[in-house]
Amino acid sequence: MSRGGAVRHLYVHLPFCASRCGYCDFVTVVGRGGQHPAYVDALLAELELERGVLAPRLESVFLGGGTPTFTAPGELRRLVGALPDAEEVTVEANPETVTPAVAALLREGGVTRVSLGAQSFQPRLLSVLERRAGPDDVRRAVYALRDVGFDNISLDLVYGIPGQSAADLDADLSEALALEPEHLSCYELEAKQGTRFTHAYGAELARQAEAMESYFERVVARVTAAGYRWYETANFCRQPQLADGRDLRSRHNLAYWRSRDYLGLGIGAVSTIHGRRWRTTPRLGAYLAALAAGERPPREVEELPAPVRRSERVLLGLRLDEPLALAAGLGGAVDWSAVERLEELGLVERGGSADGTLALTTRGRFLGGGVTAELLA
Amino acid sequence: MEQQRIRNFSIIAHIDHGKSTLADRILELTGAVTGRQLREQVLDTMELERERGITIKAQAVRVPWRDHELNLIDTPGHVDFTYEVSRSLQACEGAVLVVDAAQGIEAQTVANAYLAIENDLEIVPVVNKIDLPQADPDAAAREIAELVGDDPNHVLRISAKTGEGIEAVLDAVIERIPAPRGDADAPPRALVFDSAYDQYRGVVAFVRAVDGAFRARDPLRAMAQGTRFEAEEVGFFSPTMSAAEDLGAGEVGYVITGLKDVSRLRVGDTLTSERGPAEEPLPGYKDVKPMVFAGLFPTDSDDYPELRDALEKLKLNDASLFYEPETSQALGFGFRCGFLGLLHMEIVRERLEREFDLDLLVTAPNVAYLVVTKAGEELEVHNPSEMPREVERIEEPYIRASIIVPKDFVGPVMELNTERRGRFDHMEYLSEERVLLVYELPLGEIVLDYSDQLKSRTKGYASFDYDVVGFREGKLERVDVLIAGEPVDALSLIIHRDGAYARGRQLVDRLREEIPRQFFDVPVQAAIGSRVIARETIKAKRKDVLAKCYGGDITRKRKLLEQQKKGKKRMKQVGSVEVPQEAFLAVLNLDGGKK
Repeated sequence: MSRGGAVRHLYVHLPFCASRCGYCDFVTVVGRGGQHPAYVDALLAELELERGVLAPRLESVFLGGGTPTFTAPGELRRLVGALPDAEEVTVEANPETVTPAVAALLREGGVTRVSLGAQSFQPRLLSVLERRAGPDDVRRAVYALRDVGFDNISLDLVYGIPGQSAADLDADLSEALALEPEHLSCYELEAKQGTRFTHAYGAELARQAEAMESYFERVVARVTAAGYRWYETANFCRQPQLADGRDLRSRHNLAYWRSRDYLGLGIGAVSTIHGRRWRTTPRLGAYLAALAAGERPPREVEELPAPVRRSERVLLGLRLDEPLALAAGLGGAVDWSAVERLEELGLVERGGSADGTLALTTRGRFLGGGVTAELLA
Repeated sequence: MEQQRIRNFSIIAHIDHGKSTLADRILELTGAVTGRQLREQVLDTMELERERGITIKAQAVRVPWRDHELNLIDTPGHVDFTYEVSRSLQACEGAVLVVDAAQGIEAQTVANAYLAIENDLEIVPVVNKIDLPQADPDAAAREIAELVGDDPNHVLRISAKTGEGIEAVLDAVIERIPAPRGDADAPPRALVFDSAYDQYRGVVAFVRAVDGAFRARDPLRAMAQGTRFEAEEVGFFSPTMSAAEDLGAGEVGYVITGLKDVSRLRVGDTLTSERGPAEEPLPGYKDVKPMVFAGLFPTDSDDYPELRDALEKLKLNDASLFYEPETSQALGFGFRCGFLGLLHMEIVRERLEREFDLDLLVTAPNVAYLVVTKAGEELEVHNPSEMPREVERIEEPYIRASIIVPKDFVGPVMELNTERRGRFDHMEYLSEERVLLVYELPLGEIVLDYSDQLKSRTKGYASFDYDVVGFREGKLERVDVLIAGEPVDALSLIIHRDGAYARGRQLVDRLREEIPRQFFDVPVQAAIGSRVIARETIKAKRKDVLAKCYGGDITRKRKLLEQQKKGKKRMKQVGSVEVPQEAFLAVLNLDGGKK
């Protein structure tokens, strides 16, 4: 075994939730308070098994869920205390779970950034999403985090909720911006096939599709006007000049978009290391049993041949507002005649010298999915 | 056999009135086949024919009966094959006209009876299926007697299913149908009434010897086409091929020609001997021309060579099938095919799909047009996209349609025919309840959804048949469809001026629904020349993003994009617009929008 790997990004999945939201398709486990200690044991055991791939010093750790902050406080404390240090340590949280005590616990455990799932500030829309938090919970959570010294808070918003008018969206954006978060993620609601939510609201969403078509543009216009950088398709951070020169982009997520290697721990977590991607079993029982026996949990492995890796670098890289450098054979992943067509339509820009760079124009970014599908070779 | 003891006859009937069953019974009764040999319907050789109850290719079987030689000549059951039917009938002196005792006469009975009468055949009217509980033999006998101008008491009543009355039919064939009256000593002449292609023996001609005699190794000539060949063998079917020393005047049988191409020996031609040839051919030869045209394209463009081979093979046995390569910007490489009529088209399509396992796109059919250009040049146009934009005159084929309906539906049928530019010819009461309506209609108004409309407006009670009566001038326009300013060849159509606007509007609306939104606004227009008659705009997409993409989502998102990319590759490029093939299909299948 080598004395240290090169992976500098670690994801830890905490699947527990108080209840499952209708639109959610993540790996989650409702309740099961009794299993939290065993799960944290398993995570730490898995970390030991994989530690060899990690670099001595990590850039980022990200605790996602589920609802990481729903995990029993003692267990959460034990986990954050045992995780390796990193320059950025993010924890996802649901607003109603962020009490002053939890905020303090996170701060003391070395967490540097909290991502709050606000989703909306309209009680009516929150109940459509089956969220437990109310608008006041969001504000309370932000104040609690600020009180213990957090200076990097991100809010998640969802738009395109059944029944959400353009005025509702504007109100949500105003409320969110009023809290002066360092970072904002705004996602269009994805009604995924087979979820309870799509069953209940699919028809209504289809009816509203035309009216909601402009919401993405609306979000970008509003948030950028408030001094935020639209640095990724769905992500915004406060401009450095308005943040004491700090680069407030999520370092962990940037690693994904730059196709860096990352290790994922926990059920359903995905890792990508050295051209190989695997997903750990999403089944809690199998995961706990394997690690209790000192074994690696079952995985689903996907090999990523070089052309696939190149395609991914293009499709991920074009989500960012920085031009994608096409060095190292990346140009082969691109259909140049398509690029020419898209350039004529004002959706793509080429730049730089030598191998050159590729970037989407503003309009290209609104159509990023279709544009990328077209320009991939 | 001396001509006095030969009888040549056909059985003619509407579909499902029992023609094939009667033929089977005759073969059984005369001992031509044993039960074991008797497939369900002996004369129909193709799988398709049995399933559809349609006989595509005529054949002839020789059977003995009471010291006579009877030749039963099978005819195609549908007037798409009118010409073939008429040649088969010309090989006979009489016809057994079969009518279902429960159904009475139908449009096809009428059309076939007229054809038999035009060919001077003696008609033996028969009411079949008298064993059915709902049979009304007296009513059917009255209708059939009225139709052929006979006495109802003279109409035979049988059940081909149970075998009742079959002997009487055979006796009536001998008693009522005249013997052939050819000249056994004249130079030989034989009518080719059908042909088939055999992989090993080449073209087999089905012939009726009229004068003289034909023997193996005779040098022969087809008089109209001038094709020369040596008879490799002559013989007859009983019901399998039996070689014979000769085919004498009045006899029916086959000649093996050794020719490799059915198109060199057309139905209706006259065979004669190169040694002492006849001076005049038999009358009535026509070069049949296809009237209905459609594009056939493989769903998967890689199947183009298979489609070409399949058409070549079909053509071996079907001289009336026409095809030529067609390249459509929308549908790729395929063939423009010509058919005798709609049923012929359906049969060819089904055979291609079934026997050759091809997936086909068939464009909306159109008819043949005769065009005189401004420069005075005359053209025949088979494809709307080839219609010159500046024309002096366009002529289109007209049909005479016979429609039989219960009297309550006369109104709806008249209304439909008026919508379809029909001209009322006459109306007859066949019985108190049933009416025969005869109209002249442009064939172009029939080829799309006429029979569906007729069915739905008469609750399925109408029976409909037609034959082509000639070309007439029409106020026709070429309508082009433009997507983002680019005309789409496959979507051009020719339509009467009065219907142009509605159809153009329908096309444009349908395309707007079917073409996915692009990265830019796409105007869709229908135009006559430079005059736009309908327009819609497909608005540009405003957003198309995968909202979330983090470490756990990458594989799935990549696959989504790959799928999207694959979908794009299947699209057809019209200028800068990507149009899914389904959009073309939806429009080409327009057929009143039912598919």
